[in-house]
Amino acid sequence: MTARDEMAREIRRHERTEATRRTLRRIGVFVVFLVILALAYTGYKAFGQSLDDAQTDWPMIGRVLPRTDDLTMPPVSDIISEFTQPPQRNSDKPLAAFIAEAALFTMREAVLGFAFGVIFGLGIAVVLLRSKWIEQGVTPYLVASQTVPLVAIAPIVIIWGSTSLDWLPFEWTNWMSVSLIAAYLTFFPVAMNGIRGLRSADPAAMELMRSYAATRRQTLVKLQLPASVPYLFAAFKIAATAAIVGAIVGEISGGVRGGLGRLILDFASRYTTGPSRLYATVIGAALLGLIAIGLVTAAEYLVLSKRKEEPLAL
Amino acid sequence: MTEPDRCAVAISNVSKVFNQGKPNEVHAIEDISLSIGEGTFVSLIGPSGCGKSTLLRLIAALTHPTRGDVGVNDKSADQARLDRDYGMAFQTSGLFKWRSVAENVELPLQLMGWSKTDRKARAAEMLDLVKLDEFGDHYPHELSGGMRQRVAIARALSFRPSLLLMDEPFGALDEMTREHMQTELLDIWNKTGKTIVFVTHSIPEAVFLSQRVIVMSPRPGRIASDIRIDLGERSFETREASAFFEKVTEVREALRFEESQP
Ligand SMILES: Nc1ncnc2c1ncn2[C@@H]1O[C@H](COP(=O)(O)OP(=O)(O)OP(=O)(O)O)[C@@H](O)[C@H]1O
Ligand SMILES: [Mg+2]
Repeated sequence: MTARDEMAREIRRHERTEATRRTLRRIGVFVVFLVILALAYTGYKAFGQSLDDAQTDWPMIGRVLPRTDDLTMPPVSDIISEFTQPPQRNSDKPLAAFIAEAALFTMREAVLGFAFGVIFGLGIAVVLLRSKWIEQGVTPYLVASQTVPLVAIAPIVIIWGSTSLDWLPFEWTNWMSVSLIAAYLTFFPVAMNGIRGLRSADPAAMELMRSYAATRRQTLVKLQLPASVPYLFAAFKIAATAAIVGAIVGEISGGVRGGLGRLILDFASRYTTGPSRLYATVIGAALLGLIAIGLVTAAEYLVLSKRKEEPLAL
Repeated sequence: MTEPDRCAVAISNVSKVFNQGKPNEVHAIEDISLSIGEGTFVSLIGPSGCGKSTLLRLIAALTHPTRGDVGVNDKSADQARLDRDYGMAFQTSGLFKWRSVAENVELPLQLMGWSKTDRKARAAEMLDLVKLDEFGDHYPHELSGGMRQRVAIARALSFRPSLLLMDEPFGALDEMTREHMQTELLDIWNKTGKTIVFVTHSIPEAVFLSQRVIVMSPRPGRIASDIRIDLGERSFETREASAFFEKVTEVREALRFEESQP
């Protein structure tokens, strides 16, 4: 082994520990902000309460700013302890377990939806790459598709899934239809960033491929797709959260039980008897989103650090 | 060296007009005829914008002449491109940053459907030729500019094209690295006997490397002079020989004469 290799290895090791430290610091900052947020919430609540106690009817609170009573703003301690409490009378399974199960269910829909969306989005990007003419003709429709409200599409997709897909070799269940609804949100950023990424290939490199008499497919696979990877990861981060939102909204508007959407709907309808349950579930959903983003960011780091590329800003 | 009998490149009465008929019309090349014998090292030199790169791209069939004909190895330039008769190297190495050095050299072979073992063997052989055999597993960002340029040359040579087209490949390098690379390129040329068409801005570089220096006039590019260089086997001493300086002066004057023409 040469001294040069030794040095390269040393540098790589250093970069790895740097990356670990950066990740830990990010998590640390996140926790600190979580504490600050909880303190601000508690402080605001205490302030409102003290005004109540002093019988001063400060006009802002309750009219413009949220009311501070326990129904509107359950205490932080209640929300935290809610996680360990069983939400149902006839079982002693704690809420955290319910949330975790529902989160897994929703995650499964979101992952499949993400995969559908990525395949579909990339497919669109490759077709749009064919010509500027196609791109200009199709793009407005893609944009328009994103303004159609999900709640309008969800029931259609669910019904279509349960009645029309019986020819498939496996049983098509409702959660798969929810994945399709999630894919409706995820394909868009992938398609838009995908086309930009595919076009980002260095013109000199494109010319090089032409000098090798490379086919269109070879140019796509060997040059344009690899060149688009940083753009795709930027899109994946948006798509990952969109997939979760899509899955939750899909569950709610499609009436699919088992996931976070249903849980949120249930707790919302019984809000007055336990507001902190809804708060806890929403926190669970937010956590799921963070985990999804974290996974994509880790994958991005692994892929891009090898080629010494900075992630594109979102 | 004997005069070669076969033509590697035959350019006859070629003109190239960009954006013809539009307000931004550019006459890049005007009626150029040039034939380059097999195995010859030819340099193209001329003021910036005179159409050197355009001429090279015409030979490569990356662009097509407005008038006239370009032939490579007794066929059309297009057919030669499809037959992969030439390899190209540009001013920037144009390596793919997501591929290791060896994988970059393997790229053209992969496109041509070579088996993995053959590819690996050839890439190792080529990296040996450009003295980078230890760096096959490194990534482009871990190399210096000169090393990257050598990888690009190895890539251009990997599928053994008979013709090598180079557009200011050493333009971005410092003087020391540049002279070193010139010696290595001559070494490769001697070992492989390729036809090389080499675009440069440097008069000493053109004289040191070539058997023929083609001096081009300012836009629209024409051939101003065709200077033969007979300096025999090049070595370190060549750069300090008086015959070398005479040729440098001759090329410089041809260039200056052209620039002073209306
Ligand atoms: N694709 C193109 N479209 C329009 N004009 C072009 C194109 N390519 C080259 N030209 C024009 O043709 C002329 C010759 O360009 P070319 O790149 O061949 O010059 P060059 O001799 O290589 O210059 P340099 O030494 O600066 O590299 C220039 O005026 C340039 O603007
Ligand atoms: Mg040029």
